Amino acid sequence: MTHSTVGVIFSNIHDENIPELSKHRTMASIPFVGRYRLIDFTLSNLVNSGITTVGIVTKNNYQSLMDHLGSGKDWDLARKDGGIILLPPYSNPTDKPYNSRLEALMSILSFLSHRKEEYVVIADCDGVLRMDVGEIVRYHVENRADITMVYTRQESVDSSYFLTLDPDETGRVRGLKINPDVEGKGGFNLYINIMVLQREYLIRLVEDASQRGLTSFGRDILTKNVDSMRIFGYPFDGYYAGINSLQKYYRHSMEFLKKEVRDEIFSAHDIYTKVRDSAPSQYREGAVVKNSLISDGCIIEGVVENSILFRDVKIGKGSVVRNSIIMQDGVIETGVWLEGVIADKGVLIRDRRHLAGCEQLPYFIGKGRRL
Amino acid sequence: MRRKKECVAMLLAGGQGSRLYALTNDIAKPAVTFGAKYKIIDFPLSNCINSGIDTVGVLTQYEPLELNEYIGNGQPWDLDRAFGGVHILSPYQAKKKSSWYEGTANAVYQNLGFLKKYDPDYVLILSGDHIYKMNYADMLQAHIRSGADCTIAAIEVSEKEASRFGILNVREDGTIYEFEEKPKKPKSNLASMGIYIFTAEKLFNYLEKDDKDPSSSKDFGKDVLPAMLKAGEKMCCYRFEGYWKDVGTINSLFEANMDLLGDPPVFDVNDPDWKIHSRNPIAPPEYLGERARVENSIVALGCEIEGTVIHSVLSTGVVVEEGALVRDSIIMAGSVIKRGAAVLNSIVDENVEIREGASVGDGSPSITVLGRSMCIAAGSKIKGGEIIDRDYRGE
Repeated sequence: MTHSTVGVIFSNIHDENIPELSKHRTMASIPFVGRYRLIDFTLSNLVNSGITTVGIVTKNNYQSLMDHLGSGKDWDLARKDGGIILLPPYSNPTDKPYNSRLEALMSILSFLSHRKEEYVVIADCDGVLRMDVGEIVRYHVENRADITMVYTRQESVDSSYFLTLDPDETGRVRGLKINPDVEGKGGFNLYINIMVLQREYLIRLVEDASQRGLTSFGRDILTKNVDSMRIFGYPFDGYYAGINSLQKYYRHSMEFLKKEVRDEIFSAHDIYTKVRDSAPSQYREGAVVKNSLISDGCIIEGVVENSILFRDVKIGKGSVVRNSIIMQDGVIETGVWLEGVIADKGVLIRDRRHLAGCEQLPYFIGKGRRL
Repeated sequence: MRRKKECVAMLLAGGQGSRLYALTNDIAKPAVTFGAKYKIIDFPLSNCINSGIDTVGVLTQYEPLELNEYIGNGQPWDLDRAFGGVHILSPYQAKKKSSWYEGTANAVYQNLGFLKKYDPDYVLILSGDHIYKMNYADMLQAHIRSGADCTIAAIEVSEKEASRFGILNVREDGTIYEFEEKPKKPKSNLASMGIYIFTAEKLFNYLEKDDKDPSSSKDFGKDVLPAMLKAGEKMCCYRFEGYWKDVGTINSLFEANMDLLGDPPVFDVNDPDWKIHSRNPIAPPEYLGERARVENSIVALGCEIEGTVIHSVLSTGVVVEEGALVRDSIIMAGSVIKRGAAVLNSIVDENVEIREGASVGDGSPSITVLGRSMCIAAGSKIKGGEIIDRDYRGE
C-alpha cells in the first residue's frame, strides 16, 4: 500500500521551540543521538515503510539540511522517479514566503498535483519514534477517513502550540482543541504531527482554503470541521520523544542510554544517515567510558560517563565528561571537567576549564564556540 | 572528442589467500575485515581516489561474490563515474579461448581490452593484500620524470625480513640492475611492494610476448619484470617511506590490526588528510555499559559492551556481555561473547557466538582463529593456536 504513498516532511515548522539548536539550521537538521539528525528518524520511517518519494518542505537555514541530504543516496532515495525532492519557498514577486503550514502546503500544490500516488503522509521532524506508515494508511483506508492523525497519550505538555484529539470508541475524532488546559487532568491525547490523507483530497482542501483566504491548517480547517470531516485518530503507543525544548532534547537524548529505547528505535529496522567515512573510535590509555554512546571517529583518553559523543570528538587526558552531550568535531582538551553540558558542533574546551549545568538547565555551548 | 585517462589502475584481487586459512574459506583475501570497519581492499581503493586515479579494474577470481557485492558501483570510494570508475573484471568466455586467470600477468593480459578502452599513458598495478597509505600520484610523477619504462615501489625492510621478499638491487641513480626473489643472502634491503607503474605501450608489448611464451608462469614478479630487465628496459625503484604491511598471513594480519592501537598508533586510520573510505554498515553509536572496561582498543559502531575489552579491535555490532573478557584479539562483525567467556590472543571471524564461560585461546603466543558463523559451546575450551571453522567437531 505504501508504494502508493508519497511523503511530505516539514523541516522548519517547530524551529522556534529550540532556538539554541535551530539558530543555524532547520529543526530537521538538529543533531541527535550521536550520528543522526532529527530528519533521519522520520525519513527512515518512511523509507522502511516502502515509500520512495519524499518532498521536503524548507523555508529558512536549509543549507545544513541540503548538505546532510545530498542526493538522498544514503537513504536509498536517489531515484530516477521521485526520491528526495527539496521544496524550498516558491514565490512570485508579489508573494511573501509562507508563514504557516497551510501556506506551505499551498506553495507545494504543484508538487502534490504532479505526483501519482494515492495517499500522502505528512510528518514533522520534532518527534523520534518508530512507526510503520503502511499500518496508518491501512487504518485510514479501513475507516474511509478523510484525515488520519497520529496521537500518543501524554501527561503534560511544554510546547507553545499543540493539538489534542478526542476520539470516540471507533477512533473517529469528535473533539479537536488547540492549546487546551491539560495540566493535572490525568493525561490527554497529543497529536504528534503525522497525518495521512488522500492526495487529491489534500489538494482540494488546500485549494479551497486558498480561495477562501484561510491561513491556519489547525485553526481554520481541522477544528472548524471536526463534525463534517471524517477525522480519525491513530493511537501510537510505542516510544515517542517529542523534541520541543532544550530540556526535552537533553532528557530524550539521555533516554537512549536505556537498552529498551535503543532496541525499539535501532534494532527492528535501520536508521539511515549521511555517511562521513569516519574511522572507528579509539579508546586509548586512560580512557574510562561508562553508560555512554560513542560515535565513530572519536579519540578518548579521559573519563566519559552517562554521556553521548557524536562523530569525531576528542576527549583529552585527565578530562571528565559526565551527563553531557558533545556534538560532532568537539575537542575537549586535558584536565577539563564537564557536567550537564550540551556542546553544539565544533566546540573547543581548553585545558582545565570546569563547566556545569543540570537536567533542568543544561549548560549550552553554541556552535563553534572556543572556551 | 577522444576520451582517455592518463593512468588506469589494475588491482589484483583474485588470490585465494590460503595462508589466512579459515578467514578466507568463503571470501577472497581483499574482502577480509581489517581495522574494525574496513576491508583490506579499502586501502588500495582509497589510495587510488585520494591520488586522483579514478579508473580501477579489480581482477577477481577466487570467491568473488562478497567482494563484488562490497564494491558494487564504487560509490563509497567516489568511484562511480560516467567515464572510468571501478570495474570488477572476472575471467570471461571469449570467442577464441577462455580460461581462468593463470597468473597476475595473465589476469591483466586477459583484460587488455578494458585497459585499451581508456587509452592510458600509464598503468598502475596494485595488489589487494597490503595495508598502507600511499600517494600514487607522487610515484607517477617520479616515473614520468625518470623516463622509466617501469617503476617499482620498494620499502626498506630489516635484513632479517629481506629473505621473505622480492629484493631490488639498484644503482645510485635509482635504476634497477637485478631482482632477487626471496634471496638467502640478500644484497640489499629494498623489498618490492608489489606496486608497479608501467608505460602503457611497453606493458602491452611485454604482456603479449609473455602470453606466447609457453615456459612462462604468467606472473609479473617471476616473468614479466625479469624479461623487461633482461631486454634492457629502463626500470626504476621508487622508495616509499611510511607504514606498509603485507597482510597475507594470520600473524601479519594480526600484527597490522594491533598497529592501529597505541598512543599514537603505529598506523593511524583516523587521518582527515588521507581518509580511508569504505562501504559503511548502518549501525547506531556503540554503547558502553555501567560495568564496561575498554582500554587501548578500537571499537566500531553498533557494539554493545558490558564486559572487559583490552588491547583489541572490535568490528560493527559485536556484543561483549558482562563478565566476558576480550584481550589482545580481533573480533569481527556481529560476533557475540557471552557472559563469563574469555577470548585471548585470537581472531574471531564474523557472526561467531562464544557461549557462557567458554574460553578461546590461552594467552600462548600462537594465535587462535575461529571461522565464520561458528558457535563455541558453553564452558568449552579452545587451545591457543587452533584454527577451526564450521567443519570442526571439537573434543
